[in-house]
Amino acid sequence: MQKALTFINQDARHFQIVTLSVLLLILAFMYDFAPVPEVIALTVFATILTQFFFFKVLKIPSNDYRSPLITSLSLCLLFKGAALWLYPLAGVVAMASKFLIRHNNKHIFNPANAAIVAGLLLLPNMVWVSPGQWGNAVWLGFALICLAVIVLGKAGRADTALFFLGSWVFLLLARALWLGDPLEIPLHNLQSGALLIFAFFMISDPMTTPNNRFARGVFAFAVAVVAYILQYHFQIREAIFYALFIVCFTTPILDYFFKAQFYQWRKT
Amino acid sequence: MIRLFLLLTFLFLPMSAHAFCGFYVAKADASLFNEASKVVLSRHENRTVMTMANDFKGDVDDFAIVIPVPTVVKKSQVNVGDNKIIDHIDAYTAPRLVEYYDNDPCQQIFRKEMMMRSSAPMAMMADDAVQKSAKSLGVTIEESYTVGEYDILILSAKQSDGLFKWLNQEGYKLPKGANKVLKSYIKQDMKFFVAKVNIDEFESSGYNFLRPLQVAYESDKFMLPVRLGTLNAKGPQDLLLFTLTKKGRVEPTNYRTTKIPTGDDIPLFVADEFGEFYKDMFAHQVKKEGMKTVMLEYAWDMAWCDPCAADPIPAEDLRKMGVWWMEKSYDSRPMPGQPRRMIAPMPPKGQARDAFVTRMHIRYTADTFPEDIMLQVTEDRENFQGRYVMRHPWKGEANCEMAGAYYSKLKGRFEKEAKNLANLTGWNISDIRKKMEENGQSFNIKPTVDGRPWWEQMWNE
Repeated sequence: MQKALTFINQDARHFQIVTLSVLLLILAFMYDFAPVPEVIALTVFATILTQFFFFKVLKIPSNDYRSPLITSLSLCLLFKGAALWLYPLAGVVAMASKFLIRHNNKHIFNPANAAIVAGLLLLPNMVWVSPGQWGNAVWLGFALICLAVIVLGKAGRADTALFFLGSWVFLLLARALWLGDPLEIPLHNLQSGALLIFAFFMISDPMTTPNNRFARGVFAFAVAVVAYILQYHFQIREAIFYALFIVCFTTPILDYFFKAQFYQWRKT
Repeated sequence: MIRLFLLLTFLFLPMSAHAFCGFYVAKADASLFNEASKVVLSRHENRTVMTMANDFKGDVDDFAIVIPVPTVVKKSQVNVGDNKIIDHIDAYTAPRLVEYYDNDPCQQIFRKEMMMRSSAPMAMMADDAVQKSAKSLGVTIEESYTVGEYDILILSAKQSDGLFKWLNQEGYKLPKGANKVLKSYIKQDMKFFVAKVNIDEFESSGYNFLRPLQVAYESDKFMLPVRLGTLNAKGPQDLLLFTLTKKGRVEPTNYRTTKIPTGDDIPLFVADEFGEFYKDMFAHQVKKEGMKTVMLEYAWDMAWCDPCAADPIPAEDLRKMGVWWMEKSYDSRPMPGQPRRMIAPMPPKGQARDAFVTRMHIRYTADTFPEDIMLQVTEDRENFQGRYVMRHPWKGEANCEMAGAYYSKLKGRFEKEAKNLANLTGWNISDIRKKMEENGQSFNIKPTVDGRPWWEQMWNE
């Protein structure tokens, strides 16, 4: 027990892996339309393998399996494909984007988000996301937040998730106020599991967000605004994923104007 | 071990549909209630065809609906359909009970599947004065026409108070709270489809029931407005939503989808009360989910069905329901005089019968479904159906040694069936066991043994 706790404490990603695994188990045992074991196995395998392939090709002396594991678990929770082979492909695309699309020693896109958006854009007849699949059980939302805050408390970039959620809450409340809708509607929309997974495991990725805190605020607000426009004006259901993808292009620019320290997973 | 003779019994869903999902407003103080409705949505790209079944039972003079629509709908975009087609898709997709007959445990193992299909059970034109009063209240009558037995107005408004007032002035009784909801739709740039029955047209039509209204429009908005409908509901409402798409299953994006439990073996007596069973099971499952999910009852690629529960829906009827992308020439219906086919044929090459049907059953109140149901077409083409299985034990003679093993297993099987039924419906298990005993499914079932001497058995067969 003690050993397990020490292990989890060692690296913020260990926390994330545990949290995502718990979510996957909840999905698998309590809800319909959960990924089958083959999907999970193939995604995890393909993602880790791709990471190691790039380590080898680029001669990077590392054997880190944690980042690809987090990516593959995120994919299992959000990505839906019409055929089995799409899942490992998504894993490969995710990790390839991490190594191939880079600027100034940082990758531009959150790998899982890049794979989702690439799938939606390039294979629109085979890939989808089910934002409603998590339902809106309040307790689940609450549990997710609690778990995730701990994760990010360790990671030190909880601010991005909170900036984003804050902006999103603000926009939804403003919309309800403008339409004269009862508060139940924005509250109903906020109790979405997919939104929380996105906020705490994708947009808050320390490697793809700006290094400066103020810039991260700008970044998170921009994601919320773009997502709002896509969702409510263009009726795009996968709005948040597209929004993050689009806004990630600005990270190098924000990093250029707002200088700050690089992020390190392990505290030295 | 079991030779299967599969008899497919088709049973209608117990919930009868009464009304449109939209929104009833009474012109007089008739007691209207909208507890259940059937809607078919056909969707591909940004084209939607909405068909609303009309089971309105009251005086047709009292019938009036207000439905928010994303765009102005012109006369040629409205059609009056045929109730039969909706009944057909309902029958085709309804949860079903299937029967299997155990083979003689003493016979060699011989597996054959066969099925028998049962047949499917299958005045307010805007005059000048009206225009004027509308205008003074900020209501624009965008279109005004009669289609079949319906008088239809398409309204847009600048503010909800005016619309609310005008509708009331015109004799529509709007429930409390409608004002706020109208306001929200107006701000979202929605128009209002308002229909009443044109009595003269209705009487001359020769029909004694109202036919379904169909609206075709182009819009990125793919959703089902339910908010107005919850305002005058006395309790939870039921909605059967059928969707027809080219790609695959349709799902809500702001509510969770739950599959209705399927495939369980249940006791034989349920055959006589399948309606009650399904009703209670549905209610039990809805309660388990806190009435917060959309229940998936059927999802199927219409290119084939094996076996088909009802006659496959002809391409012509699918087109009438809004499957505009389907080629006119393709039709799987057997020609008159030909035997009915057991299996719908695969479409000839180049004529893919690209239609995927989803049947969702939603029970909702304003509290549990505060927002309109936002929908998306997914690429999921996995088939799903709600089906429940009855297994008839072997009733004939069984004199061999194997029979002993078979009968000793039966007791456990019956117990499992009783438990399944209790879990599905929340019924009391001892009542279930009692009913099983009473209906010939005894837990002490014994082999029927021929007690005559062997020579009599030999000569007097």
